Amino acid sequence: MTSLRNDAARLGAEGVTVGYADRVVLDNLDVSIPTGVITTVIGPNGCGKSTLLRTLSRLLKPRQGTVLLDGHDIAKLKTRDVAKRMGLLPQTPIAPEGLTVADLVARGRHPHQSWVRQWSSDDAGIVAKALRMTGVADLAHRPVDSLSGGQRQRVWISMTLAQGTDLLLLDEPTTYLDLAHAIDVIDLVDDLHEGGCTVVMVLHDLNLAVRYSDNLIVMKDGSVVAQGHPSDVITSDLLLDTFGLQAKVIDDPVSERPLIVPIGRTHVTSKVSLS
Amino acid sequence: MSTAELHAGVRVGGWSWVWRPWIVLVTLVLAALTFLVFCVSISVGDFTVELPAVIRTIFGQGERVDEFVIMDLRMPRALVGLIVGAALGISGALTQSIARNPLASPDVLGITGGASATAVFLVTATGGAAITSAVGLPAAALTGGLLTGLLVYFLAWRRGVDGFRLILIGISVSAVMQALTTWLLVLADIRDVARAQSWLVGSLDSRSWTEVWTTLWVTVALVLVVLMTSFQFRPMHFGDDVAAGLGVRYSAVRAVLLLCAVLLAGVAVSAAGPVPFVALVAPQITMRLLRTPVPPLIASGLFGALLLIGSDLIARTVLPNDLPVGIVTAIIGGPFLVYLLVRQNVKRVAP
Repeated sequence: MTSLRNDAARLGAEGVTVGYADRVVLDNLDVSIPTGVITTVIGPNGCGKSTLLRTLSRLLKPRQGTVLLDGHDIAKLKTRDVAKRMGLLPQTPIAPEGLTVADLVARGRHPHQSWVRQWSSDDAGIVAKALRMTGVADLAHRPVDSLSGGQRQRVWISMTLAQGTDLLLLDEPTTYLDLAHAIDVIDLVDDLHEGGCTVVMVLHDLNLAVRYSDNLIVMKDGSVVAQGHPSDVITSDLLLDTFGLQAKVIDDPVSERPLIVPIGRTHVTSKVSLS
Repeated sequence: MSTAELHAGVRVGGWSWVWRPWIVLVTLVLAALTFLVFCVSISVGDFTVELPAVIRTIFGQGERVDEFVIMDLRMPRALVGLIVGAALGISGALTQSIARNPLASPDVLGITGGASATAVFLVTATGGAAITSAVGLPAAALTGGLLTGLLVYFLAWRRGVDGFRLILIGISVSAVMQALTTWLLVLADIRDVARAQSWLVGSLDSRSWTEVWTTLWVTVALVLVVLMTSFQFRPMHFGDDVAAGLGVRYSAVRAVLLLCAVLLAGVAVSAAGPVPFVALVAPQITMRLLRTPVPPLIASGLFGALLLIGSDLIARTVLPNDLPVGIVTAIIGGPFLVYLLVRQNVKRVAP
């Protein structure tokens, strides 16, 4: 699993430079997203990881370079055609007060609908399946604002699923969730990956990223500093260099992945030597 | 897997829609009520024409005496009320949806203020000659409203349009326009002030068929554009990023709809003066009647029309002296919205 073939990539960026006003956020960056696995972008705050996801999803237009989706320059594809190939869950979606789960998830069919064809039998079937796969079918008639954070996130993922694409981009899907709900949501993402989806996400929690991804993209100051399988990429040196984090990397007792154990200034026994 | 938890669909050939019985029912009831009030409004006046006679005449089966009174004297007033109310209701539903804020009505966004200032300027500058012309005053009001609306839109633009920024700038520009209006009134000749005031409160008095036709066709054209575009607008309630992810070119859709909203409000103001509160309150009340999470377009238009012609009817019949319609819309609309909000609170606390 360590070498990932570039030619199998459905999504990638070639030499993209992205900036806001006079600030360059991504600087001549190349990435390719391997198909059929979970790719997670990690990096310290402000390193440009969300910007990378937004560029890959066409929310941001690069100043230079191209984003390729299935071999096409994404800037030249129609917005609607991009939406038919790639599902996107941004960081702060808004659910109007009182909107039901079923209505929200049904909106995921939008790219496949038109003014005269607003609700076909295909739509009904796919939405029902998306609700079931994310375990929110029982909540279908509840208003979204009455749900817990974890349930709400499941509902939004369900909407992206209803889009019917096998390429999902998720921007920090576990933000604001407590650990149990975060695991619950990310297990769901893993189920989708098992079902054949290619997933790209941004995560803050390093250990969740290490546990659940097959491919990590580590970013610092707008550049990719490492990319590959977590077992190859995650070392204490990398963590110190990119995050400024003193940590030990040990074998995870419950998986075959590394486990990051941060070392703070206090509450550390003297046995730990800072190398 | 059953699809019981989803809304059923209506399918005719290649066409299909979601079937929402409650929304269809309430919309039909609103339409029926609006038609009824419309007819009653025509039947009352210096002398009463019986309701069945009114309906017969509207459908072209009436007697000639009735036809003169109804078609020539009373119909234009009622029709302008109907169109202006609908335009304001739809305009308000659009601006509130775009800004994602119930405060964002055309009044708040400066459109009405700009239209008023221009109209008052014209009245005072021409020594009151403008008020008698059927074209000058509406055209000036429309231009003023449109320019002010565009000014607010461009001032609020900063890498896209943010609802709060739109409202804050709208309030500021409105305040300037209001000050300008007051200033013009202070400077003006006392007779011009009286004329301008009668226009400023919003009124349906003395309408002619020419005014009706212009207002009607412009409004119908705008509403058609709005309805065609509204499908693309639906994912935009979830934020710009989600909308883009669902394949919507949100900047273009928003610009088209905001322009339509500004024009609808401008046309309404130019036809009946700045009738207050309809655009703010109609979408909010309709949302609560239909139990939808966002302001519905068609029903908001129907409720706006109902509110306006209903208020005009009350102003002419129940109240002792002939009050302008604008005062009554505020008196009825305000408390009704408060009632709906309070009832919702009670419901939420109850279980």
